[in-house]
Order: sequence, then structure tokens, then C-alpha cells
Amino acid sequence: MPVLLLVPILAGLLGAIWVAFDLAQGGNLVALRDLASWTGLPAALRLSLVTGLVATALSLCLTLLITATLLCSPAFAAVRRLLPPLLAMPHAAAALGMAFLLAPSGWIARILSPWATGWSQPPDLQILNDPWGMALTIGLTTKELPFLLLMTLAALPQCDAHKRMQLAATLGYGRVAGFWLTVTPVLYSQLRMPVYAVLAYAMTNVDMAMILGPTLPPTLAVQTARWMTDPDLSHRSLSAAAALAQLAATLVGFAGWIAAEHLATALRRCTIFRGLRLRKLDAPFRAVAMLGGLTVFALLVASLCGLTLWSVAGPWPFPGALPRSLTLTAWVRAAPGLASSTQTTALIASLSTGLALIFTFAALQAEFRIKARPLSAVWLYLPLILPQICFLPGIEHLLLAFDATGGIASVTATHLVFVLPYVWLGLAAPFRSWDARIATIAATLGASPTRIFWRLRLPMLLTPLLTAAAIGVAVSVGQYLPTLLIGGGRVTTLTTEALALASGGNRRLTAAYALLQSMVPALAFALAIAMPRFIVLRRKAGGQM
Amino acid sequence: MNRREFGRLAAAGTALALAGKCAWAADWATTLANARGQNIYFHAWGGDPKINDFITWVGGLALDRYGITLTHVKLASTADAVSRVLSEKAAGRNTDGAVDLIWINGENFAAMKGQDLLFGPFAEGLPNWSLVDVSGKPATATDFTLPTLGYESPWALAQLVFEYDTARLAEPPKSLADLSDWAQSNPGRFTYPQPPDYLGLTFLKQALYGLLADTTILQSPAGANYSAAVKPLWAYLDTLHPNLWRQAKAFPANEPALGQLLADAETDISFAFNPGRASAEIAAGNLANTVRTYVLDGGTIGNASFVAIPFNAKHAGAQVVANLILAPEVQAHAQDPATLGFQTVLSIAALTPADQARFDALDLGLATLSPADLGPVLLEPHANWMTQISDDWVKRYGTAP
Repeated sequence: MPVLLLVPILAGLLGAIWVAFDLAQGGNLVALRDLASWTGLPAALRLSLVTGLVATALSLCLTLLITATLLCSPAFAAVRRLLPPLLAMPHAAAALGMAFLLAPSGWIARILSPWATGWSQPPDLQILNDPWGMALTIGLTTKELPFLLLMTLAALPQCDAHKRMQLAATLGYGRVAGFWLTVTPVLYSQLRMPVYAVLAYAMTNVDMAMILGPTLPPTLAVQTARWMTDPDLSHRSLSAAAALAQLAATLVGFAGWIAAEHLATALRRCTIFRGLRLRKLDAPFRAVAMLGGLTVFALLVASLCGLTLWSVAGPWPFPGALPRSLTLTAWVRAAPGLASSTQTTALIASLSTGLALIFTFAALQAEFRIKARPLSAVWLYLPLILPQICFLPGIEHLLLAFDATGGIASVTATHLVFVLPYVWLGLAAPFRSWDARIATIAATLGASPTRIFWRLRLPMLLTPLLTAAAIGVAVSVGQYLPTLLIGGGRVTTLTTEALALASGGNRRLTAAYALLQSMVPALAFALAIAMPRFIVLRRKAGGQM
Repeated sequence: MNRREFGRLAAAGTALALAGKCAWAADWATTLANARGQNIYFHAWGGDPKINDFITWVGGLALDRYGITLTHVKLASTADAVSRVLSEKAAGRNTDGAVDLIWINGENFAAMKGQDLLFGPFAEGLPNWSLVDVSGKPATATDFTLPTLGYESPWALAQLVFEYDTARLAEPPKSLADLSDWAQSNPGRFTYPQPPDYLGLTFLKQALYGLLADTTILQSPAGANYSAAVKPLWAYLDTLHPNLWRQAKAFPANEPALGQLLADAETDISFAFNPGRASAEIAAGNLANTVRTYVLDGGTIGNASFVAIPFNAKHAGAQVVANLILAPEVQAHAQDPATLGFQTVLSIAALTPADQARFDALDLGLATLSPADLGPVLLEPHANWMTQISDDWVKRYGTAP
């Protein structure tokens, strides 16, 4: 299995190297030199690294703080219920929603104008696209926090968090300190892969950076995409070189992150050796968690509302707080063809996610049963780290060489390359941290390994399984370029329709499609969150599995 | 090539086309027969629902009249389709390619032609080619100074027009110098898309036309004269930039983003490459009904949109569709502001009275200038100028200080 998936990844990487060094012409360093001579390179690299690292750190810290302060409280259950729509919103849609909220001509300014601000026309303020990438960092943090919270929810059952917290509390530790010292080590070992995925995404994303990020210069990933879509085909080698530079920069970012992990461990040791109980920190930390969490949720919910409102808005000039009239034009326009594109989207999403689940379980079970060498997931992450746009021509070439005609099968296979890492990161850690003594006991009672897998391990891992499946569906639904390029334009999904329309900048249609695009993943997330509780309730009521 | 030379060449081409007409008539019947039952994938930018509707409408005609199923592959960027064809060429896929027909012009055409990715020449063999106004509308056969040589067939004309809201601005500046002065007294209310975006580059081209003493040099490749020639452009931008939206510390990405700024009242003057855009946006409720369009004194840049056929496409069906798009009734439908508002590539004089009447009957819309008011069309400069200007723009202004 790993070998099979290594093929497209290597093909993509080799494709980029081939083009960057112009190996067709015997190889040269022209593209690399051109890249080095681009005056924006240092700033673009710095932006990619800083926004990525800061956004990941912020979203992880907030996730941990929220979990630490809210664990076992009713508010935590509310958070759980709020997650699906927020998770399902595509990155580009979230960025558009936030841009409309925060811009000088945005919703907040409209609500406050002119009575509070005195603005009859929008002020010339650079809130978005600021040269430091602050708007982008906030956007990324906001979108990644729900994802990390979801992963935390999936990991917590394997963490014994309550017992650990109780123990820490009896020893006199404050809530946050207790969580930090006893739960984080075991929780983070399960969160590490999702955090790495967030880090990779934050450093290489194009969708959000194009809308919220600076433009003089943009982040390296955005510039890479621009060069790739430049009509001048000679810019493609420059783009491939930039993609490789991006890969190098991402690796540097990871090195920095891993150093920070070590620093955090040292800090934790230091806290333990000094015997600090840190009870006084609980109140300020709770305030930070509440403030940060509420801000993020308010931002996302308001963005979602803003999009929804735009999708039915008639004329809505500045500074009106609400549209002058409402209309269903955008939805009516979106209606024809909706059924077939929804069908295709759902089919490809469920096929690629199903395959990813089978592969992941097969590999993990093999690792467990025949004590195969634990799979290193590093290579799995290449598709997440490399800019898609440079990685795809290699895969496309590979498929064409096999005379794949670009139907649903080849699109599904390509989606699998991007879906698998997410399914893997959702499942690997919970699977490995499952208490193997349960298997031993069952075996002594005469259960076969297969029976143990199907009757014990799988049901006990239902929460992470469904979560991973929902993430897989969301990732598959979000794929634009792989669907378009590999499908040769013959496979129409909600996302290919949505992005084509979004390029026209019609806010109403973009909003309508962004909402439609969120439907399939929202359904998957809602199921993932509701089903385990439903099944547990049934079992408690004496129902049969 | 200057305009007069070009006219001669075009006239010669038309004469040739007429002489060979009889032989082609038989060929065309074969093409029609081969085309029947084909499924043609038309790769075209899908960002405008009006254009998407128009293509669907053309698809209906193609099915009724020629038994061709036309599928619109909606692209966010034409480069994606170019990518696909390039990959197919590299992989040796010489038949049954994914792209049968592609909406293209300018640099994408030059790139595809340069890489031998196109089928042709075919355009001059289309029966409706005789209706195209090649001499009156030279942009129909020359694409960014590159002669099309029949490798692409024109289907619509576009021209740069400026847009402003009469409710916020009474008298818009009609020359570049006036625009700069106006920006100085109204800082932050004008901007242009960030080059190398094509509309941003178009603004620079327009500026170049207004600032050069001798604009004929733009029709041949830039040489040693480049640095001296573009000096006034940089001087102009150096003065203009501090007065732009966000003090030129950020630029909108592209035409839709620029249009959105006008709609959100973040800017007072905007521009677009479609004279009918403002009227259509007003009709759709996206722009205030006080928005109007105007052109600069001395004319504005214009060019044509084309369709081309990749080397490995289903040629027969693709040619039949390209020909259908040139039919007078289709062109009149496209020029109707309620449909697209695109200017026709046909010569109205060459049409039958019944077809002429179709064009006469069109209502231009609230903010659209009449063909006469659109003023002279300035030809696209040679692509070589813009490549250098684009690179230099990025060097000079692409990194914030």
C-alpha cells in the first residue's frame, strides 16, 4: 500500500524537479537563478514562515486553553455542537466571509456607519492585505482552531483526561497547570500529526492568502501559483523552482516547530521540578480562553451569516447595514445542474474516503499484528507540503502515460493522495494508543484477531474513525485543481463550479456556492459528531450492535 | 506590422478565401458529417454566469442544428486548460484530448502557438469567415500584434472603458494627466489591478499610449529604445502611486476585485475590458444605477476574444461550433446587453438586411456607450513590450518599501 501511494507522490515531486531544472534540455539552473533574483523572495519566504508558524502556534495554544478550562463543562458540549458548520466551510469561503466582515467597506463598518464613525464612504485603511500578514494570520488561526478542537475531541477518550486532572487537582495543581503537566503530554502525542498538517497548510495555502494576505509581495505559495498560471509558459520552470524552495522553507518551518516542542517539554520539566502549582494562572488563562474562543467563533459565525446574507441580497451599497431587498436570483442560478454535481461530489468523496479508511486500517492492523515496522508518515505528508499546482502536472503525466482517460476513477485516485494523509492523521494515533491489554484479554477468552478487530477495536475507535472519515470527505470535496486537471474538465463537482464562478468575483453567487459546497462536509461532520453518542445511547438502552 | 500593411494582408486573405470557396463547400459538408454525434468540450472561463448561460444557449443550437453535444468546462483560469494540453503533448497523447475548443487570446494564444499545441489553420475555412470585418476591425486577425494566421477564430471584441458613479463624481478625468491630478485631490479613490494581471497591464498600456510621443513603436518589438521610451511611464506612476487606494501598498488582484471596489464605494473610478459590463452589473443589482462609462480622449485599448482548437481535439465538431459562434444571429445575441453586451466581430455591411435588423434592434443599456461614442480603438502593443514592462513593474513596485 505505501509503495502504491508513493508512486504518484514521487511522480509529482519528480515532475517539479524535472521542470525546475529543465532536465528535458539537459538540465540548468536558470529557473533557480531567476527565482533568486526576484526582489520579493526574502519577504515572501519570511511571510510564509511567520504567518504559518504564528497561526499554528496561536490555534494550538487556544485549543489547549479552551480544552483545559472548559473540559467537562456544559460549554464544551456547546462547542462540540457548533463545530460542524464551521469545519465544513471551505477555506476560501471563510476568507471571503472574513474579508467582507473586516474590510473598511465591510459589514462591521457598515453597521457602525455613518452614525458612530461618521463615514459616508469607506475610509482608506489597510485592514486586509497588510504587509505583515496579520489579517492572514488571524484568518488562518480562526479557520484552523475548529479543526484542532475536533481532533482534540477525537483524541480525548484515549487520554484519561478526567482522572489525570483529578490527580493533579488532589496534588494542589491549578486547572491549567494540571492539564499542562498531566494531559498535554499524552494528548499532544496524538495531536502532533494534525498539528503538522495545520502547519503545512498554513505555510503553503493559496486560498486564504490570496484573499487576506499581503500582495507586495504575496506569500511564496501565492506567487508560485501566479507563476504557474502565467500565460508565459517559460514561467512554469520558475514556478517549479519556487515550489521546491517552498518545500525547503516548509522543512525549515518544521525544524523550528520541533525545536519549539523541545522547548515546551523543557519548560514543563522546569515547572515540575520547581513544584509550581500555578493556581493563580487559572483565572487569567480562563479569560484568555474565553476571549480568544469567543472571538474566533464570533468571527466564523458572522462570516457565515455575512455569506448567507449576500447570497440572497439585492442591492446593498455602503453604508447600509442590511441589503435594500432580498432576492433568490443567485440560488435560482445555481439550481440547474446542482443535482448531478452534488452526486458526483458525494460519490468521489465517499469512494476516496472509503479507500483511504481501508488502506489506513490495513496498514495499522498489519503494523499491530505482524509487528511490521511502524510506518513513517513523513512521505504521506509530501502532498500536503508541496504546492498542489506544481505537484499535479507530474501526476497528470503519470496518468496519461497509463492512458487513464480522466474519468471519475482517475479523479478519485488523485483525491486519495490528498485525502489519505488526513485520514491517516485522524486515525493513526488513536489506533496505536488503544489499550492492547483489551486484545490480550479477548484472546485469552478465545477470540480470533479478526473478531477482536471487528468487535472490539473498530467499535471502540468509532469516534476517531467517523471524525477521520468526515475530514476525508471535507478534503475531497475541497479539491479544485486535481479535479479539474486530472478530470480534464469532464468531472464536474460543486467545487469546480464554485471556484469557476468565484473567479468572476460575483459575491452573491460565490456565497451561494460556498454554502452549497459546505453542505456535503457539514453533513459528514454532523454525523461524525452525533453518531457515536447515538450508538452509545442505543447500547445503554440494551440495543444490539 | 503597421495597420496599413495589415489591412493589405487581410484583404489578400479574404480574396484567397473567396477563390477557394467551391472546394471548401465540399470539404465543409464532410466536416459537418464528421461532426454529427460528437461531444465537444469547450474550455472557457466560467466566472460570469451570463457567459455561462450564453454558452449553454449556443450548445442548444449546436445540438438542434448539427447534432453536436457542447459541454462547457468552466475554468477559473485559461492557463489550466493550456496546462492540460501541454501535459497531453508531453505524454504523446495525439488524439482524443480533453480540450476540444478553448476560449483564448493574447499571451495564452502566443504560448500555445509557440509550443505547437494548436490545430490549424482553420479559421479562414469557416463558411462564416467571409462575414468577419477583418479590415474594419483588425483586432479580429491580429492578436497582440501576432497575426492569427487562421489558428484561432474571433468571436467578440472588447474595449477598455472607464466606469464612475455620477452620484459621487460629476466630471470624470478624460486624460491621463487629468486622472493623476484628480487622484492628487482625491487620494485613495482610484487603483488598478496588480500587474502581471492582464487588466492591470492594460492600464499600463493605456498609460503608455498617452505618454509616448511616438506610439507607432509599440507595434514592433521593444529593442534598445525600451528604457528611454518607458521612462515617462515610471515617472507617471511614481507621481500617481502615493494617491492610489491604500497608497499603492496593496492592489486588487484582478478585474472582478477591481469591480467590487467600485461596487463597495471604496473607489470612485474603475475600468473594465467590456463596454457592457457596467450596464449588466446595474441590471443585476450589483452596481448603483448612477454608474456610467466613458473613454479617454484619443481612444482606448481594444482586442478580440478568440476560440482555438488544440492539436489533439475532435476537429470537425470544434470547427462547426467555431463557425456557429460567427453566425449573425449568435453574434447579435451576444451583443445584446441583456445577454453579454460583447461587440460583434462581423461587418454589419456584409450582412443580409434581415440580419442587419437584428443588430439595429438591440437596446444598448443604461451605461453603455454607442459604438460611435466608444471612440478609436488602440491596438494592443507588441507582447514583448508588456513582458518587459511587467517584469520591471514587479521590480520597481512589487515589493513594498
